[in-house]
Amino acid sequence: MEIAILGTGCPKCKQTTEVVRQAVEQADISATIQKVEDIQEIMKYRVMMTPAVAIDGQVKISGRVPTVDEVKSLLSPAR
Amino acid sequence: MAAHPGGTGITVPRSVADSRAAARYFGAGLLALGIWWLVYRSLPAFSRWFTFSLLGLAPGNRLSSAVEFFVFDGPKVLLLLTLVVFAVGVVRSFFTPERARRILSGKRESAGNVLASLLGVVTPFCSCSAVPLFIGFVTSGVPLGVTFSFLVSAPMVNEVALVLLYGLFGWKVAAIYAGTGLVIATVSGWMIGRLGMERYVEEWVYAAPAGVDDGDEGPDLSWRDRVDYGLDAVRDIVGKVWPWVLAGIAVGAGIHGYVPENFMAAIMGADAWWSVPLAVLIGIPMYSNAAGIIPVVQALLGNGAALGTVLAFMMSVIGLSLPEMIILRKVLSVRLIATFTGVVGVGILIVGYVFNALM
Repeated sequence: MEIAILGTGCPKCKQTTEVVRQAVEQADISATIQKVEDIQEIMKYRVMMTPAVAIDGQVKISGRVPTVDEVKSLLSPAR
Repeated sequence: MAAHPGGTGITVPRSVADSRAAARYFGAGLLALGIWWLVYRSLPAFSRWFTFSLLGLAPGNRLSSAVEFFVFDGPKVLLLLTLVVFAVGVVRSFFTPERARRILSGKRESAGNVLASLLGVVTPFCSCSAVPLFIGFVTSGVPLGVTFSFLVSAPMVNEVALVLLYGLFGWKVAAIYAGTGLVIATVSGWMIGRLGMERYVEEWVYAAPAGVDDGDEGPDLSWRDRVDYGLDAVRDIVGKVWPWVLAGIAVGAGIHGYVPENFMAAIMGADAWWSVPLAVLIGIPMYSNAAGIIPVVQALLGNGAALGTVLAFMMSVIGLSLPEMIILRKVLSVRLIATFTGVVGVGILIVGYVFNALM
């Protein structure tokens, strides 16, 4: 499973990365976390608000920092 | 809002459950508002009691008037701030950039500019997502000028600044701030649209995949979610800005008691014509959110600086920021950024001069 964190490097994007990292750790699954910081790359996901989280190319969250539980519930169907 | 009585054990339809929850939240909200009002009303008496009875300061001297000012205005502004940030948070839960984009795409200019300025106020926005938002708008058919109206009004007309101006200088100054901010956003967006500057947008923007994934718009929120959204906004914004607010009021209190009143009048008074452009120029490289700039505003005004000059300074700091221009450079040519800065800058200058002339 591939998780992409989209954001140009604002504080909220860093928080989001931290939340996703914790969620992956707690859910105990194998996933690669990738940070996408280039704006042209970000736009390929067609989001309007950063930070955004995309799982396997699908944008799940945009414009806010998610909670750890929220990310875990997004991860769980794939287990 | 008639909650269905006695739905025993049967699964309640979502809409009924939601309106019951709405009624409950409405009741709790009224109660909270009542308590808020009582506290707010008793502040003048409390600040007098605190200053003269508890601390035993003699009325009429500088120290006691500074203390009374702080003990009254500090809680007052924080109370107002909490209420307004919560209300704005709930209102914002009805708006998303996706929805703003849907409303604006295909709108003609003029009406579109006005609408975009208003939407800029109520749509949640962070300047760090200015670029994706810009691209999302222009690629889905929102005219360039209308997009700019949105981008100008979103940071400029800020609810925290509005509350502080109301709390410290009265509703007239607050209304003037909001009104002129909207006018600048509308007119400068309209002018950029008239100038036909689409070709100064970097080419790859229009080559970006059209439209935007509505991914996170999600299902319709319940009242519970909206209240949570408002409470989150309070935690996020009030939690972050309260030290700045109190610092601003402390500065104000200090001025109230001590500093001679016309200290700043010579350099930032209404008589010095060059003070307005100077204030705008100084404001551009400075970057602060609206809350951070309020203590400075308070200090300047308290020392005899003219209101128009100070408003111009404040709008320049918030609305024209060098860091944001650098971010926008990724999608706009230097020429378009310069035009944008020029048009907004002239609008701010006009506001500054008009206020200095009126007040």
